Amino acid sequence: MTREITGAQSLVHSLEAVGADVVFGIPGGAILPAYDPLFDSTRVRHILVRHEQGAGHAAEGYAQATGRVGVCMATSGPGATNLVTPIADAYMDSVPMVAITGQVPSAAIGTDAFQEADICGITLPITKHNFLVQSVDDIPRTIAEAFHLAGTGRPGPVLVDLPKDILQSVTSVLPHEIWPPTLDLPGYRPIIRPHSKQVREAAKLISASRRPVLYIGGGVLRARAAAELRTLAELTGIPVVTTLMARGAFPDSHPQHLGMPGMHGSVAAVTALQKADLLITLGARFDDRVTGRLASFAPHAAVIHADIDPAEIGKNRTADVPIVGDCREVINELIAALAAESRPDIEGWWRTLDGWRRTYPLGYDLPDDGSLAPQHVIERLGRISGPETIFAAGVGQHQMWAAQFISYENPYTWLNSGGAGTMGFAVPAAMGAKVGRPDATVWAIDGDGCFQMTNQELATCALEGIPIKVAIINNGSLGMVRQWQTLFYDKRYSNTELGTHPASPRTGVKRVPDFVRLAEALGCVGLRCDSAAEVDATIEKAMAIDDAPVVVDFVVHPDAMVWPMVAAGASNDDIRVARDLAPDFDYSGDVEVNL
Amino acid sequence: MTRHTLSVLVENKPGVLARVSGLFSRRGFNIESLAVGPTEHPDVSRMTIVVAVEDLPLEQVTKQLNKLVNVLKIVEMDTSVSVQRELMLIKVRADSSVRSQVLETVTLFRAKVVDVAPDAVTIEATGTRDKLDALIRMLEPFGIRELVQSGMVALGRGARSITDRSLRAVDRSA
Repeated sequence: MTREITGAQSLVHSLEAVGADVVFGIPGGAILPAYDPLFDSTRVRHILVRHEQGAGHAAEGYAQATGRVGVCMATSGPGATNLVTPIADAYMDSVPMVAITGQVPSAAIGTDAFQEADICGITLPITKHNFLVQSVDDIPRTIAEAFHLAGTGRPGPVLVDLPKDILQSVTSVLPHEIWPPTLDLPGYRPIIRPHSKQVREAAKLISASRRPVLYIGGGVLRARAAAELRTLAELTGIPVVTTLMARGAFPDSHPQHLGMPGMHGSVAAVTALQKADLLITLGARFDDRVTGRLASFAPHAAVIHADIDPAEIGKNRTADVPIVGDCREVINELIAALAAESRPDIEGWWRTLDGWRRTYPLGYDLPDDGSLAPQHVIERLGRISGPETIFAAGVGQHQMWAAQFISYENPYTWLNSGGAGTMGFAVPAAMGAKVGRPDATVWAIDGDGCFQMTNQELATCALEGIPIKVAIINNGSLGMVRQWQTLFYDKRYSNTELGTHPASPRTGVKRVPDFVRLAEALGCVGLRCDSAAEVDATIEKAMAIDDAPVVVDFVVHPDAMVWPMVAAGASNDDIRVARDLAPDFDYSGDVEVNL
Repeated sequence: MTRHTLSVLVENKPGVLARVSGLFSRRGFNIESLAVGPTEHPDVSRMTIVVAVEDLPLEQVTKQLNKLVNVLKIVEMDTSVSVQRELMLIKVRADSSVRSQVLETVTLFRAKVVDVAPDAVTIEATGTRDKLDALIRMLEPFGIRELVQSGMVALGRGARSITDRSLRAVDRSA
């Protein structure tokens, strides 16, 4: 007699077989059959979140901190549509994620049944691929394919939609017996090994260059190639810039690191790209937030562009030497090819770069009224908690300051929403990271706006024993939008005042919500700090608590702005180090800058 | 803008047409014509897509198409080395006073009449875009009542087949 199992059991056994140890999710009608065998699984831990968006971002945080595929689960209809934002986020940032959704029974599909949504149709443009499972026998193979697609090539989100009747029907296909199932993906052939002729061509350009820059993107982290990158950089002596998605791929303390390029990048990093004669672009995609006005980006530079996704090459900027391949393979082959070439002569370039670094270091002004500078809080957080700490940020001013003023020494210690710019990313992503890396200290650096979008996951953290720490950089407003209103809308602060400060000038109310009391209501320890003198002691107090989540309300000055800045759509040549203050470049080829 | 004809081999699975057409609109490309149908292999469908784009954006759309998991192969059909045909059915006003003139036009274009009514004929014509456009221009004075076109299909000239290698990949029995 053959043993039979349900589709739901097949799903849970397949998740076990593929090595998924954590699933973030919420049950509901259509996915309910899956939650019964999940209840019994000793190998898959399900974490009950408070909102499906939290499940998705938690899966992203887990994936980015561990390098493994993150998993989230939701029911049909609104459960599934609540996953849309994190799926789009994972798509933009190439995060390996599998989303499992329940669907109304097969016979009801297309009838506008209760809680029906065409989630495969909805997520078509924001998933690497998606599946609507049509036979119970296909569940193990589909799960295996979903994990394979999510985690290989250019990683990304994959959705598996499971109609309720498929979960309830029985099958004699037993995942544990057939694992690994044969994948049926004839159209999926990611290119991993680079073309050796292209690599030799790149090595020649590198050797002949005089003003090269290693322009490093998140692809280097996805390829787990931080160590190889360091070898390449030190072998050639070439300066390195790391994009927002690549912070931590190269140690910030390394003398060859010029910092982050882009809209809020360091003067040295932005200008190095502008004046370069060669960009060695590894796993980056010439995003508009890095290039500024594309037509005037790095006008003198030849471009070597290596990426695992052929469609990224030539998409925004023409590549002189295109290389398709996994960044780790590309870097290793470049290192080998460079053995036959001479080291580039870049002494003059370094003198210029060092001049820019000395003249225009990252910095900030302390507020005149003695109130707290947000940059100071973030700088101290980085110093006190140390280089092993994982930081997850929301989106806005605090995110930029966290990218600028924390020294990232290790890969996978900086998690943020780069491409999509999803407010509310920090708390659930920190939760996911802490689940994946329970021994690491995990700080969410959040804004008072972002925090109010997803803070309900602190209840999950409190109940599930996930002691993350949250630093709310509370400036009482939607700070980045307010900064743009200050700069471009004549200080007309339309709808950016949040009322989270001690005294809100517009509403007159105080602290709505009161983040300390909110934290306590969510089962966390709540702390507050509003003066520079208390910053270190407050951080240390938070660091000392490891049996509960901690939320610190850092009440900071409302007018602090993120500098440097290249205005949206402007040329990177028009970088401002502060309002109306442009750097004074006296650049002339390889000649040292006059200081 | 230049007109390009792409032959796209895809897995014969539900939703593939939506994935392909959705990709074009999302990336900002306009499809001029699209024809899809089964091939000599039951697991594989073939789409013929005509787009008006410059060479550089065409490269981008081809690369994006290639990333779709269900897409097996893409070949651009250069007009000089391929046979390209469209099918058109056209209903023209043709009472006894002008019917012979209409039939003369049909003969000139090597088209054929597939339905006749007292005051109209329905004509079937195949050919290149240019030929069909010329036929429409010739018939317009008589009065076009209804017109339907199939979308371009194309096949490379000579003995070679673009399906050979990619079909082997999906032939699970081999």
